[in-house]
Amino acid sequence: MTKTVFFGTLTVAGLAAGLASAATLDDVKARGELNCGVNPGLVGFAAPDASGNWTGFDVSLCRAVAAAVLGDPQKVRFVPTTAETRFTALASGEIDLLARNTTWTFSRDTDLSMDFAGVNYYDGQGFMVRQDLGVTSAKELDGATVCIQTGTTTELNLADYFTANGMTYTPVAIQSNAEGEQQYLAGGCDAYTTDISGLASTRAAFADPENHVILPEVISKEPLGPAVRHGDNQWGDIVRWTLNALVAAEEYGVTAANVEDMAANSPNPEIKRLLGTEGELGAMTGLPNDWAKHAIAAGGNYGEIFSATIGEETPIGLARGLNAQWTQGGLLYAQPFR
Amino acid sequence: MANAVDAPKDSFRLSMLIYDTRYRSLTIQVIVLMLFMAGAAWLVDNTVRNLAVLGKDFNFGFLGQRAGYDIAQRLIPYTNADTHARALLVGLLNTLLIAVLGCFAATVIGVIVGVLRLSSNWLVARLMTVYVEMFRNVPLLLWILLVFTAFTEASPLPATFRVNAQTGEAESSMLFGLFAVTNRYTAIPDVLVERGLGSLALGPLSINLTFLAIVAVIAGSLLARRALLRHATAVQEATGLRPKTWWKSLLILILPIAALLWALGVHLSVPAITGFNFTGGVNVSNSFMALWLALSLYTSAFIAEIVRAGILAVSRGQTEAAFALGLRPRRTMSLVILPQALRVIVPPLISQYLNLTKNSSLAIAVGYLDLRGTLGGITLNQTGRELECVLLMMLIYLAISLVISGAMNVYNARIKLKER
Amino acid sequence: MSETGTQTVRFVRDTMLPEAAPPASQSGAVKWLRENLFSGWLNTILTILGALVLFQILRGLVPWFAHSVWNAQTLGECRQIIAETWGEGARGACLAVVRDRWTQWTFGFYPAHLYWRPVLALVLLFAALAPILFSAVPRRLMAFSALFPFVGYWLLWGGTIWTPVVALAGFVVGYAVWRGMAKRNALAAVLLAVAAALVWWLFLAGPVERALAGVAPLALESVRSSSFGGFVLALTIGVSAISLSLPLGIMLALGRQSDMFLIKTLSVCFIEFIRGVPLITLLFTASLLLNYFLPPGTNFDIILRVIIMVTLFAAAYIAEVIRGGLAALPRGQYEAADALGLDYFQAQRLIVLPQALKISIPGIVSTFIGLFKDTTLVVFVGLLDPLKGITDAVRASTDWKGIYWEPYIFVGFIFFLFCFGMSRYSMYLERRLKRDHR
Repeated sequence: MTKTVFFGTLTVAGLAAGLASAATLDDVKARGELNCGVNPGLVGFAAPDASGNWTGFDVSLCRAVAAAVLGDPQKVRFVPTTAETRFTALASGEIDLLARNTTWTFSRDTDLSMDFAGVNYYDGQGFMVRQDLGVTSAKELDGATVCIQTGTTTELNLADYFTANGMTYTPVAIQSNAEGEQQYLAGGCDAYTTDISGLASTRAAFADPENHVILPEVISKEPLGPAVRHGDNQWGDIVRWTLNALVAAEEYGVTAANVEDMAANSPNPEIKRLLGTEGELGAMTGLPNDWAKHAIAAGGNYGEIFSATIGEETPIGLARGLNAQWTQGGLLYAQPFR
Repeated sequence: MANAVDAPKDSFRLSMLIYDTRYRSLTIQVIVLMLFMAGAAWLVDNTVRNLAVLGKDFNFGFLGQRAGYDIAQRLIPYTNADTHARALLVGLLNTLLIAVLGCFAATVIGVIVGVLRLSSNWLVARLMTVYVEMFRNVPLLLWILLVFTAFTEASPLPATFRVNAQTGEAESSMLFGLFAVTNRYTAIPDVLVERGLGSLALGPLSINLTFLAIVAVIAGSLLARRALLRHATAVQEATGLRPKTWWKSLLILILPIAALLWALGVHLSVPAITGFNFTGGVNVSNSFMALWLALSLYTSAFIAEIVRAGILAVSRGQTEAAFALGLRPRRTMSLVILPQALRVIVPPLISQYLNLTKNSSLAIAVGYLDLRGTLGGITLNQTGRELECVLLMMLIYLAISLVISGAMNVYNARIKLKER
Repeated sequence: MSETGTQTVRFVRDTMLPEAAPPASQSGAVKWLRENLFSGWLNTILTILGALVLFQILRGLVPWFAHSVWNAQTLGECRQIIAETWGEGARGACLAVVRDRWTQWTFGFYPAHLYWRPVLALVLLFAALAPILFSAVPRRLMAFSALFPFVGYWLLWGGTIWTPVVALAGFVVGYAVWRGMAKRNALAAVLLAVAAALVWWLFLAGPVERALAGVAPLALESVRSSSFGGFVLALTIGVSAISLSLPLGIMLALGRQSDMFLIKTLSVCFIEFIRGVPLITLLFTASLLLNYFLPPGTNFDIILRVIIMVTLFAAAYIAEVIRGGLAALPRGQYEAADALGLDYFQAQRLIVLPQALKISIPGIVSTFIGLFKDTTLVVFVGLLDPLKGITDAVRASTDWKGIYWEPYIFVGFIFFLFCFGMSRYSMYLERRLKRDHR
């Protein structure tokens, strides 16, 4: 009773965003849009442009999920989250999907009541230093000042790494990537540590990228992935398989351009099942049968998204590395569509 | 009016609860109490149910877990193997440090600016007006960010203090050979004790005996000086002549502490550059310096206005009367104007101190790990216990505020004008 | 000179010398300089120091602004133009970022074709404030001031017009009930009016709104609060928090002055609690804890949650300002009200509050300035405030990555304009009020 009364007040206020019930899928469909939590200031992963359109690697995943569920990649509301507010935003139902380069760890999966739907980017923590410092290995960083973003797993990794190697360091805590960059460039710290993808994107934007080196040591595993609320398996399945569909599409050569053609003419039964011309895979998750077709048409397959947002042709200039298909020596391995 | 009508009989009716002023306030209070209890119960009930839905509980056990992160500035020993509770304490001490130093610096700058704003010097008065308006009308967060940027952009790298092997000279040199302002930190000399007295362990706490000894000696000197001055006053009242006391009191103040410091072998350890950074001294991080400076400058603009208003509030006749009595300007200030101005100044000054303390929570913008950065930042984030962390943080800030306003209220009551 | 000169008595002179100009040191610029800048050794030192500081600041800033570039698409292009025009190594302001992205700093991600709506809302805000702030404006316009919250809400968020109309109707219903009942029983009238309004809002408003919207679909394109950002966000939070906190603040101030122990204690506890914790922890409460305190499953807009917490924050400060106003009223006013036989509420409504509120206006304006500056803190809960939220978003674009000073200086300048204007107004008001009370 209290709930309905209070909710009634909010409806009058016209600002209610809806009840987060157990079935996220029904909520999203009823609302007609997907609420997606993103990092508002990481170049290449999520950033709004001058007219407020969000673009980036994480953003594309949100759009693909929206396309799969609602049939329209534009029906996404992007909710900027900070390192501190992201988990609560997800737990409270403010967002349906957290696509904010969040590392999949044991405690986050269990204690924080989140479910990771997969890994959309395999990353690792590294260090960037100035060329003229003459440092070639992270093992030589004893006594260094290190810039580090607070509220992330990187500070724990850093502490562990230096302790394990019997070295000391002075942490310089920073709030956002932009500040870390500014601090590092001004010489406020000897080394800047964050995920290698972040280092690369930061370094790419420098006026003199050739004067900065990313050290070879990768001190941690950082599987970054989209997260959903614990306990709603149907919704978790949808996000997981949307991601899988994007990866599989690259493996089978399905692109945004040829997706219609492939759906109609491809003889490969797996592609047929993926694109919904054969079987009833969509119905099993409560989606229309051509959900994956919409998802792929939204921004292309995994490879297309990668190269459009953070790939080597963009200013970020990240190589595929671990994020190549398993057939190319990477870790991307889509579970079969069957 | 020959026959006074008897007062109506005092039989209690239910409507009297509302219409009878004797009972009405009681009725209202009972209703408010019930509403308040209902509201509180509603909130607690919601919280319990929400926690159940999320599968969480409410306990502070996480404070005993390993923190796992490092804090650059710490006033007490701390490593990443220590507990979250210890990290909280480090953060709390950092908050208190910035608050105390900030209040001190803001008062000094504020008083100077406030007095200069009243100066007859056209240029200086105008400059001070610009200063006050600039700092008061722009958000504090902006000042913190700007000062921080200025520090990192405008000061030299630590490496530039290294002596170049070829030229035999360093690009930058230290101030007085003691301080080095770099774009990472300000290196200041450390105070070292050669023959320390060790420390006394009292359960989990340990008390540094050296520190205790120094405090005791200073307190002793102050008490002795007070006795000396009281004696001088007594002599003056008896004979009309005040004995000269300044050299005696100076001796009492300086000699014991100097002797103690010498006995302890206290000396300065000057920072020197080794490897990447300065070692040997204390490296005060720039985030601290920037926060301290920005908080002090911002708050000092408000204090300047308070001081100015306080001085203007003392009527001109008071000064003239003091001059007419033959008091010199300095004594006029200290005996006539200041005591009266203080009465106007102190209450708003208290609220500025409170503001500064609360504003120090913006430390997170420059990565200074205070209470908000440790308990309300990293600990919250690593443990996911937002309810416990935020509530605890609020309680601690509340306690600090109450202590400050309590202490200042006592002082305020003492200097209050005793009215008829 | 007259002929009689020789016959005048010695030593007595009856002719005047022509007036001489004062010595150079006692007139014009020199005198002014001597009196105002060099009247003593201390003043001389101060003047020289001041001039030095001024010179240093100008030496840094003037070339930087003089070399500014307004026409460029990226930071790199900007720096190239500066290097080409002013030579290698010249530093200049790249104000092109302001030109490129100023709409974002102003409106956040508000849809571009709807920019007129926040602008109109701001203009109407001034119109609504005029009768309160300037005594020359006719009082009757106060009716518009009372309507403004609903108009402003509709303009900013859009949607069907019936939402604010139905919400407003709740007040009308309550007022009508109160008028009908007031003659018979004052207390019951108030209670019934509140109950009627609540019943309206909770049970009738929704269906009525839908019915009306079905009959006459008058609607503006709806804009979600997640598109709010920049100064529109700062002003929305600041203005709504201050106006919502006024009634609450008045109640708290009266509560604090109350003779009833429980009410006084509760008010004091609330005020001291809110004033004792930093705003940032309250914002954290809004973003992290409010979901715990409300029934499971309730979930609403972060901006609304922030406005609720900022309102509570402002209410405590407003309460203290109004308490000052109440304390400044001469005791005789209270006694006169008692002598007239007015009860508590009549005395407050007719005599005490109108005067106390008037004295409190400068304090309320200062509270608003403080609050407006503090709205920048919402960045710590992930909202796009103009100072850091939007600035970081702009810096995250590849075009403007690495720009640092210019956005801050621009935003700081706008904040300065707003706050300085308001503080001057509050000083003007203080002077005027002082005169009124003499």
